Amino acid sequence: MTERKEIETRALNFYYAGDVHALKQINMHAYKNAVTALIGPSGCGKTTLLRCFNRMHDLYPRNRYEGEIIFQERDILSNGTDLISLRSNIGMVFQKPTPFPMTIFDNIAYGLRLKGIKKRVDLSERVEKAIRNAALWDEVKDKLNVSAYELSGGQQQRLVIARALAVEPEVLLFDEPTSALDPISTAKIEELIIDLKNSVSIIIVTHNMQQAARISDWTGFMMLGELIEFGKTDKIFTTPSEKLTEEYITGRFG
Amino acid sequence: MNLEGRRKLESLMALILSTLAAFFGLFWLIFILSDVLIHGIGALRISLFLNDPTPAGIAGGGLRNAFVGQLLITLFATLIGVPVGVLGGTFLAEYARGTKISQFISILADIMVSVPSIVIGTFAYAILVRPVGHFNGWAGAVALAIIMIPVVLRTTEDMLSLVPWTLREAAFALGAPYYKVIIQVVYRGAATGILTGILLSIARVAGETAPLLFTSFNNAYFSLDMNRPIASLTASIFQYAMGPYDDWHAQAWAASFVITLFILAITILGRLIIKWRYK
Repeated sequence: MTERKEIETRALNFYYAGDVHALKQINMHAYKNAVTALIGPSGCGKTTLLRCFNRMHDLYPRNRYEGEIIFQERDILSNGTDLISLRSNIGMVFQKPTPFPMTIFDNIAYGLRLKGIKKRVDLSERVEKAIRNAALWDEVKDKLNVSAYELSGGQQQRLVIARALAVEPEVLLFDEPTSALDPISTAKIEELIIDLKNSVSIIIVTHNMQQAARISDWTGFMMLGELIEFGKTDKIFTTPSEKLTEEYITGRFG
Repeated sequence: MNLEGRRKLESLMALILSTLAAFFGLFWLIFILSDVLIHGIGALRISLFLNDPTPAGIAGGGLRNAFVGQLLITLFATLIGVPVGVLGGTFLAEYARGTKISQFISILADIMVSVPSIVIGTFAYAILVRPVGHFNGWAGAVALAIIMIPVVLRTTEDMLSLVPWTLREAAFALGAPYYKVIIQVVYRGAATGILTGILLSIARVAGETAPLLFTSFNNAYFSLDMNRPIASLTASIFQYAMGPYDDWHAQAWAASFVITLFILAITILGRLIIKWRYK
């Protein structure tokens, strides 16, 4: 398999509210159709980095980026970037499930309708495909018109993944997607993520090192806003080059 | 006395005092309501709803003009007050969230909620009655709308603030522009709360008399013309209760009963909506 870069940061710095230097000179990349995990102790900047990729920080005042993030041969941090199309190309799944207060069908169709797809036939077809891809179809096929709040937490999380998949993004960002879920739901989401890499590139933030080891192909270890080490997951977890990485992975701190 | 005994005694005292206070309030409420009920039901005639007032002393008069006038004034007050309140609340909770101006307007709205309604009536008189030269229905509707706006605005702001931020972020993450996030996701999440606030604000203004006396005044004849003085239930109750005729008193009781029932119904509807949403 030839490895092509999907997204790449070049000397990325990020400042919260003008002056808190949260990311320092990050150079990393995620490959196409691979799972890239970001690990590190709390407050190391892994979620901050993840939220740079879809420019989520722009929602809040006085946040500032420096450097470049290259996606589809363009710097998405440049002024001319259309955030709406960026975010439909780079989806995101949050820590807690975020179903909208509407039916299961309308939840999945939300992104499609934003893209201007209105015909019921098209919508139905794509909604079904997305739910199948999120391994949720058998559980919800008979209740597409009930409120999404009726689902369990694990099902809601898969619903949200289906909603993100429906618009057929290139990249999916996962921000600790299983930290609010029970072990069985967690296992299902992990299987799903491994399956999904055939169609999308995945970047996942996790505080669970076993999870990173189980599902990712590449791993970046971060600390205090810096990317300490980036490499193949096997290597990071068996023979890391950096002393800090080794200490973190063997549980000496964090 | 040992420590445990003292705590139990204190707890008992608190229980007794708060129960007494609750019953004291409840007593007057039930007293007023039952008074309205007893006198009102007895005076209720179908002619009250079907006939317009007759000249004093002639039997068979009703308050059809006042029912229709009240509905018109309340309807237009709602049509003016609700959009302004909801949009204003949206501005405070979304676009101006966390800013000084937002906090300032919130505080102003809180003050406005407790401004005596007669003051708002005189304000409407000054801007909409004096310049025109005569009392008119629009002035009444505007006065009631001004009373509604801060209530709806603050409820909307509070209800929107209760919608978790992650829900908005999730919608943004799918590429939705802010106005669509608000209309399609945030409003939906807050819909029942906002609707309840709207209903309660309607209930609030439906019983107002003072602002109407200065604005829409009253009209002994049936009228749909909002540019002219127009009858309302509350102003009619005021006039009839003050009047010298037993017939008028009976009609005032009956009208009080109907308006109380209307407000009760709206309040119960508001409660039911909350319950239905959070069951």
